[in-house]
Amino acid sequence: MRFNLTAGGAGDSAGPTFLPSARRLAGADLTGRDRAVRWVLLGAGLVPTLMLLFLTAEMVREAIPAFVYSGWGLFTGHVFTFGNLYVTKLTVHNGVSAPHGAAYGALPFIFGTLVSSLIALIVAVPVAVGAVLALTERVPARLQPGVSVFLELLAGMPSVVYGFWGILVFGPILAQHLFPVLTHLGGVLPFFKGSVGYGEGLLTASLVLAIMIIPIIAATTRELVRTVPILAKEGALALGMTQYETAKVVTLPYVRRGILAAAILGWARALGETMAVLMISGDLLNGFPANIYSPFSTIAATIVAMLDSALTDATGMAIHALAAIGVILLVITLVTNLLGRLIIRRVSHGVVLPVGRGV
Amino acid sequence: MRDLLRRGRDMLFWGLCLLALALVIAPSLAIIASLLQQSWPALNINLFTNTTATNGLQNAILGSLLLMAGILVVAGPIGIAGGIYLAEFAPPTRAGILRLGYETLAGIPSIIIGFVGYIVLAQELHWGFSLLAAILALSAIVLPYVVKTTEVALLQVPATLRDAAVALGLPRITTLRRALLPPAIPAIASGVVVALAIAVGETAPLLYTVGFTSQDPTLSLFQHPIGYLTYVVYLNATLPTKLEHEVAGAAGLLILVMLLALIGLGRLVARRAARYAAQLPS
Repeated sequence: MRFNLTAGGAGDSAGPTFLPSARRLAGADLTGRDRAVRWVLLGAGLVPTLMLLFLTAEMVREAIPAFVYSGWGLFTGHVFTFGNLYVTKLTVHNGVSAPHGAAYGALPFIFGTLVSSLIALIVAVPVAVGAVLALTERVPARLQPGVSVFLELLAGMPSVVYGFWGILVFGPILAQHLFPVLTHLGGVLPFFKGSVGYGEGLLTASLVLAIMIIPIIAATTRELVRTVPILAKEGALALGMTQYETAKVVTLPYVRRGILAAAILGWARALGETMAVLMISGDLLNGFPANIYSPFSTIAATIVAMLDSALTDATGMAIHALAAIGVILLVITLVTNLLGRLIIRRVSHGVVLPVGRGV
Repeated sequence: MRDLLRRGRDMLFWGLCLLALALVIAPSLAIIASLLQQSWPALNINLFTNTTATNGLQNAILGSLLLMAGILVVAGPIGIAGGIYLAEFAPPTRAGILRLGYETLAGIPSIIIGFVGYIVLAQELHWGFSLLAAILALSAIVLPYVVKTTEVALLQVPATLRDAAVALGLPRITTLRRALLPPAIPAIASGVVVALAIAVGETAPLLYTVGFTSQDPTLSLFQHPIGYLTYVVYLNATLPTKLEHEVAGAAGLLILVMLLALIGLGRLVARRAARYAAQLPS
């Protein structure tokens, strides 16, 4: 028998290392039945990766005609319309034909996606980090599991329930009580000026998104805070620092990069969120929100909202156009995800950190 | 004076942190409260006996359960097998690539999965709105969780168990079955439970793969749309009348109850499996 004692151990840089132990045996001592089972298991292990490749390839394949038709106009155009689907007249552009009047400018959706998720991030990061600090440093250990339940509850809540709450309860409350107060900021930040509407729009959706990504950021931050060396903290306290100063000088610098990674992963989640935003956004087409309370739309919400009518386009260009904005979303989320994971891997010091919704 | 300032800053900081904690707790309470408040007139037996055509939820409840069963049958075994491969058989480089694969898959927005499911399965393969398309789309979303939890669970089994089994000259499968899997089962089961919880809460990948109908679901895999709970929440919340909102709230409440039941089930399985593992000759 031959043992390979190093493979898969602590030096394995290919992935997170869970235990610094020598565990993988060389393939040489597998029985015939072992080998057969290994093939079956390999097949299963390949499934997620194959799904990923298939999804990406299929999206790109569907999107190409729209990219050819619109070119850079896809990123800079303000008007997104499938054109007149009831006449047979076609517009030909760059050798690709689409229904007359069709234009696929996705800038408003790209804007809506980025801005709503960034506002969510600006709100969620301080709240999540503050809540975790309060939870780990201030709440008695006995009560901590009880309080954590709320975080788990937020993490598990389906996005349509957030949408339901946002449209029927949260949005109207905000429009009545919070937004009128915020308009006073209008002197400094002009986009706070103007009509506050009924609570369906950019700010409501962003705040709901913030609530949705708080548990993601909080879960990672909490595990990171637990890894802060206790001696450094006690040393700071022994020097006579207040707990705030200890947090500022010891804890926060230690977890800073991890929080950055958690924030990026939370951002990725907010970018791709569909149902809650669709329900609360007010669904504005072909334009930018007049102010921060106005209706808007995101890429994900637009795909759901328009897929039905896209089918009626006999040229198939409408589907291609939706695929194209989907590819834009896909690229943005994949880049943010990879970036976040890269940083997480660097800071995790061999601990398994909960990432995103648990992967 | 300076000391007072420092103490003041300390209090201010922790005051703000506690406020942040309150801001985290408040929404979950507010959401549950508003679900109850919006739905209480509709909370009666009719929810279970009527279909959505007559303001009940029977077909949606059955549909959601059916989708969960589908996930259990499809994503459960594939995910667990994949996790076992990654933890026990894959060479390091290949494991790294496959890990990157499932982690990246976990980051793909669910609407993209729904979109491709619709274009390819419903349209190009002519499955129509179908149970199988929905199960495949949901599987793409939950597989990463199952694979990951299985992998981590196996890697956290004490090395002594593995070494002992190898020292006995047991074949790998026997090692796996008798030594490694029993202590790992609680964590694996909790991964599957998380998968089911995600499945019951998803909407975007289902909208265009399984459609919706107010008839009770059938077991046929193709060409038959199925009703499910999250769709009722989505649709009815955007409809105008109070009655529709009540049904939406009731559906949301039922999803939460299912989630809580799943969490409870996960803990129960974990405890059972832990007791079983403790009985094993160590």
